[in-house]
Amino acid sequence: MSLHDRSLHELTIAEQLQALAAKKFSSEELTLHYLARIEKYDAQLNSYITITPELAIEAARAADAARATGTAGALAGIPLAQKDIFCTLGVRTSCASKMLDNFISPYNATVVEKFNAAGAVCLGKTNMDEFAMGSSNESSFYGPVKNPWNTDCVPGGSSGGSAAAVAAQLCAAATGTDTGGSIRQPAALCGITGLKPTYGRVSRYGMIAFASSLDQGGPMARSAEDCALLMNVMAGFDERDSTSVQRAVPDYTSVLNNSLEGLRIGLPKEYFNSGTDSGLTPEIERAVQTSIKELENLGATIKEISLPHTELAVPCYYVIAPAECSSNLSRFDGVRYGYRCTDPKDLFDLYSRSRDEGFGEEVKRRILVGTYALSAGFVDAYYRKAQQVRRLIQQDFVAAFNEVDVIAGPTTPSPAFKLGEKSSDPVTMYLEDIYTIAVNLAGLPAISLPTGFADNKPVGLQLIGNYFAEDKLLNVGHRFQQVTDWHRRTPALHKSGTGVRAA
Amino acid sequence: MTIEPADIEKVAKLARIRIDADDLPELTARLGNILAMVDKLQAVDTTGIAPMSNPFDAEQRLRPDAVTEVDQRDALLAIAPKTEQGLFLVPKVIE
Repeated sequence: MSLHDRSLHELTIAEQLQALAAKKFSSEELTLHYLARIEKYDAQLNSYITITPELAIEAARAADAARATGTAGALAGIPLAQKDIFCTLGVRTSCASKMLDNFISPYNATVVEKFNAAGAVCLGKTNMDEFAMGSSNESSFYGPVKNPWNTDCVPGGSSGGSAAAVAAQLCAAATGTDTGGSIRQPAALCGITGLKPTYGRVSRYGMIAFASSLDQGGPMARSAEDCALLMNVMAGFDERDSTSVQRAVPDYTSVLNNSLEGLRIGLPKEYFNSGTDSGLTPEIERAVQTSIKELENLGATIKEISLPHTELAVPCYYVIAPAECSSNLSRFDGVRYGYRCTDPKDLFDLYSRSRDEGFGEEVKRRILVGTYALSAGFVDAYYRKAQQVRRLIQQDFVAAFNEVDVIAGPTTPSPAFKLGEKSSDPVTMYLEDIYTIAVNLAGLPAISLPTGFADNKPVGLQLIGNYFAEDKLLNVGHRFQQVTDWHRRTPALHKSGTGVRAA
Repeated sequence: MTIEPADIEKVAKLARIRIDADDLPELTARLGNILAMVDKLQAVDTTGIAPMSNPFDAEQRLRPDAVTEVDQRDALLAIAPKTEQGLFLVPKVIE
């Protein structure tokens, strides 16, 4: 299909870059096209918290000028969206919380700086679960995001706004963050490709902290190739992030077409119904098995493996993540920035009422659980115990990667659920992340690829790689997407308020 | 381990989060469910297993003790809820 037969938003980033270089259209035209789509469709989806049209057009014009003088960066003129957890100088950075509703960041996150330096255009800030705590995007202060495939359903979370915006083609790609599955789970539920890199691969500077030993930023896009283009810009050492890893960044696009001949794929028996009672939807299991057959056809070999501590990942995570969150979120005290209650009678009242009024229910629950787990008399029984189990979970993966190159399974046990369906019981919601959480505990990279449909809603194949094997995951993902078209399927959008089907 | 409303009140005080007395029973039940779920960890034998706080067991990186940040006092005070003469204002702490 030639470029002329398709609308601008249907092109991949690789195709948009070629077309921009060939002067088929300008970045300003491309940016205006996306802004018009946001205007037309986002009132229904609510995928953006803040749209920055003036800044976007200004950046697009700068990218067009750079192209004219031959100084264009790697993503010059490509319209992206930033999850509203990344600090953006002069633009509200809310983390989807009332606490930061009035927070205009005085600095840029390193990831934002890097995209700016590469010439990318930022269309705005995407919606998310409050402080990235959630799996449905229902905990946002700015209201839930709707899944573009079925607006009665959630897009997943916490990067639900980024996933919905990419799926609805309201940006070319977006950033996400992943503490327990927050890139991969919404990517699966919205039918897009999302990569959670190795812990420390992408700078966390200016990325508002939730659980610092687990948090990692990454790309959300419509293909593995586009994720590779974003990773080339995002990844790398940052001296301003004390956990950033000093290690050279490869060109992630250079290995995309490598052969998969001899690739060893491990299937953890604990991830499938034949192994345990995991609650996996049969349609998802079938879709994943079909995709694994495709990978076998491309030359991969399959081996059953075991990750014996799988069922401990969710309980382990729900000690460590709340403990770290209770520490990180102590900075929101109503004194230096953010929300402050009216007429505090003393300092204790100022702190405790600002935090009660500024934080939502799920955030407060996690702070309380974390404070409890770290309090005198309980820290060994909860926090230290969870850190020991965390090592057992990591050792499962280390042993598995002696035998295989990549571990494959479903990203989620079920497709997108209805708004409100799981919000009444936190523990039910937590089990949504059963396949994704162990990856964060171990610090490994993993990718979610669109792999079919269940109940007419997209589902994801998760591939887990060894440390720093993002290139391998993108390679396998790209080859898979050369022989399948799940990633090219797009939802039929309805114009906001009118119910008219989009062209 | 079971959790009582009095435990929640104590923890809320430590966490500096005001709790409405009406919300206490439901909050206790929900946190109790979460703690019951994580109690599965207690059955695991972790004798001799070193706690893991970083995937690479990395140590904190040190940098030279040199000034690297520029003065942003005005920009930082501009986003504070209440300031006076270049200082953050809070209710009176000392009588």
